[in-house]
Amino acid sequence: MSEEEKTGLIGAHILLNALQQEGVDVIFGYPGGVLLPLYDALLDSPVRHVLARHEQGVVFAADGYSRVTGKVGVCLGTSGPGATNLVTGIANAFLDSIPMVVLTGQVPTSSIGSDSFQEVDIIGITMPITKHSYLVKDARDLPRIVREAFYIARTGRPGPVLIDLPKDVLAAENVIPFSNEMKLKGYKVFGQANNGKIEEVVKVLSESRKPVLYAGGGVVTAGAEDVLRQFIDKTSIPLVTTLMGTGSLPFEHPNSLGMVGMHGTVTANYAVDDCDLLIAVGVRFDDRVTSGIGHRFATKAKVIHIDIDPVEIRKVVKTDIQIVGDARQVITEMLEVLPAFPVPQVTEWWNQLHDWKANHTLEYDKDRLTPQMVIQCLGEVAGGETIVTTDVGQHQMWAAQYYPAVNPRNYATSCGLGVMGYGLPSAIGAQIARPNEKVVVITGDGSFQMSIQELGTIAQNQLPIKIVLLNNGVLGMVRQMQKMFYAERYSQISLQGSPDFVKVAEAYGIHGIHVNSLEQVRGAFEEAFSHPGPVLVEIAISENENVLPMVPPGKLITEMIVR
Amino acid sequence: MLHTLAVLVENNPGVLIRVAGLFTRRGYNIDSLTVCQTEDPELSRMTIVVNGDDQIIEQVRNQLSKLVVVHSVSDYTGECVVDRELALIRVQVSSETRSAVLQTVDIFRGRVVDMGRTNLTVELTGDIPKIDAFVHAIQPYGLMELVRTGKVAILRSEA
Ligand SMILES: Cc1ncc(C[n+]2csc(CCOP(=O)(O)OP(=O)(O)O)c2C)c(N)n1
Ligand SMILES: [Mg+2]
Repeated sequence: MSEEEKTGLIGAHILLNALQQEGVDVIFGYPGGVLLPLYDALLDSPVRHVLARHEQGVVFAADGYSRVTGKVGVCLGTSGPGATNLVTGIANAFLDSIPMVVLTGQVPTSSIGSDSFQEVDIIGITMPITKHSYLVKDARDLPRIVREAFYIARTGRPGPVLIDLPKDVLAAENVIPFSNEMKLKGYKVFGQANNGKIEEVVKVLSESRKPVLYAGGGVVTAGAEDVLRQFIDKTSIPLVTTLMGTGSLPFEHPNSLGMVGMHGTVTANYAVDDCDLLIAVGVRFDDRVTSGIGHRFATKAKVIHIDIDPVEIRKVVKTDIQIVGDARQVITEMLEVLPAFPVPQVTEWWNQLHDWKANHTLEYDKDRLTPQMVIQCLGEVAGGETIVTTDVGQHQMWAAQYYPAVNPRNYATSCGLGVMGYGLPSAIGAQIARPNEKVVVITGDGSFQMSIQELGTIAQNQLPIKIVLLNNGVLGMVRQMQKMFYAERYSQISLQGSPDFVKVAEAYGIHGIHVNSLEQVRGAFEEAFSHPGPVLVEIAISENENVLPMVPPGKLITEMIVR
Repeated sequence: MLHTLAVLVENNPGVLIRVAGLFTRRGYNIDSLTVCQTEDPELSRMTIVVNGDDQIIEQVRNQLSKLVVVHSVSDYTGECVVDRELALIRVQVSSETRSAVLQTVDIFRGRVVDMGRTNLTVELTGDIPKIDAFVHAIQPYGLMELVRTGKVAILRSEA
């Protein structure tokens, strides 16, 4: 090799440079043997690395980072166990269409396939839960592969893309990289709306008497909240949202009927059942909404489906008009066409909706300490603009029902996978992404213990996250199902043996507050938010609380249990 | 209903597993699948025969198109196509049946490509009904082994 060919750059440098080119400012990661060349190169790179306490924390943090910024989250784990520990988080990002680039270490190319130490076929394992994946065989391909991976992750319907990095590729010396020009002839992005159909939709809307707009994650991905709001204000159409769409329209907006589906509001579910026109935007008619009986969903309505992913069209529900496109673009085009048609006559419909609203408000006892009251009080103290992440269980549903979210980018929760343990690490990702803003985790005693080790990450990075732990001593959501559908035969739901959570927090140097009574709640939140560092507020609630309304599995959304 | 899908894919390792995995994961039924390189060495052509109603086929097409390694998907069903399958068939013969078997092979324009003391191996090309018909005709003599490639198809030229 001649002198000028000695670039002094190893594969890991090429990788880090390519990541920087994509605007990556932080990687959430966890080291291991095959990643040694990369961790060495990181010492000299401006790219920040945040060390979690478990690879699942790494990937959830990247996910939280992505949800609150809209940017591609980046995470890194070593070969074998590091890679398999990422799997749950990859599935989570895949099901919720979160843009993410997952970097995994791999054994040297010469050892691949020989069951060598810490070797797993992570590409094979994650094929069903990644949008795409790469095994890098030549360090010179890194700039192109990284660029393609980011492009695929963030465009169209976003999702996780995995890059598997053999040790010898990371360690390759004097690399002179190939061009980063993308070679993606097979990758298609659908963004083109169909003009004729836009007019048709607006015409159908103008003739409708009972329209409902049904919005989800696609609206958030497209950043379409503002045009959605204009559309709602101009047409007076009521809105129901999925869990993914939380905050698309401010909680208090008069046209918001709340969440639809299994734990949706009575009004939202009645409205969807009774409407004559359902405009579905950026949703996939998930079985948490339709009870898995798509053919009996919104049966009185003409159904219009707008989604960026052609695969979702006609997958679950028969629809009358289909538009494949970006939610923001489609709604913008609908707004342009709107003035050409009469405004829909919806006064009577609103009388009906107000009637339902008045007769079926979400209710709870006001004279004792209830989780609903806790969430409402938290909303009042923290404000709708605070970034909220949640775990999974009853507390997640109470948060969705009672937290006054006003901005979908300030709300991160695991929807499609519904994975316990998501809340705390995703809050870490959120706080790192937006260091000057308030971040709250709403968690349960079961979920919290699935990621409790991440308190170390919070302490190490001095992240001022406020943790609100609804401690009912049980796996509450499972208990509720056993109570309602298995004759109160409680099986394996007790979490007896849990530690004193305040003491655990204190052991990490995190301020802890116990709350046992109604009177202490507000004061505890005020104290937490006036404290500059991280705080755990543990609130003892009864194990007997129910999340209501509830559509029992397999029942119509009108067959809710309300009391 | 059976549909013939012509799928252009990248000619890389791992492509087949991405396509096949999609079918098993989503519960689609593959009737046959053939794959080989095209005139462009960077691309392979898969001919996939799949069973399903219109909604399923739409899903299959959309799901396939969504794979980054898939360049295009066309449904040849109802189009003017030439389709062929190659079969190798081993048939039992005895001194009594030999001439009848050979005659059948002849009628179907098959070729005998191997011969043992008690059997013949026949090579047969044609569309699927023809091969089915031959297999049916030869059955009474004793079908010992049957290997079929699965269908390949190409659109007929315009004029
Ligand atoms: C990783 C994982 N395992 C199991 C479940 C099933 N599950 C759903 S909710 C729940 C109970 C959650 O308990 P906790 O975090 O205490 O919340 P609570 O319902 O009590 O508010 C369980 C076990 C899950 N969603 N995720
Ligand atoms: Mg609990």
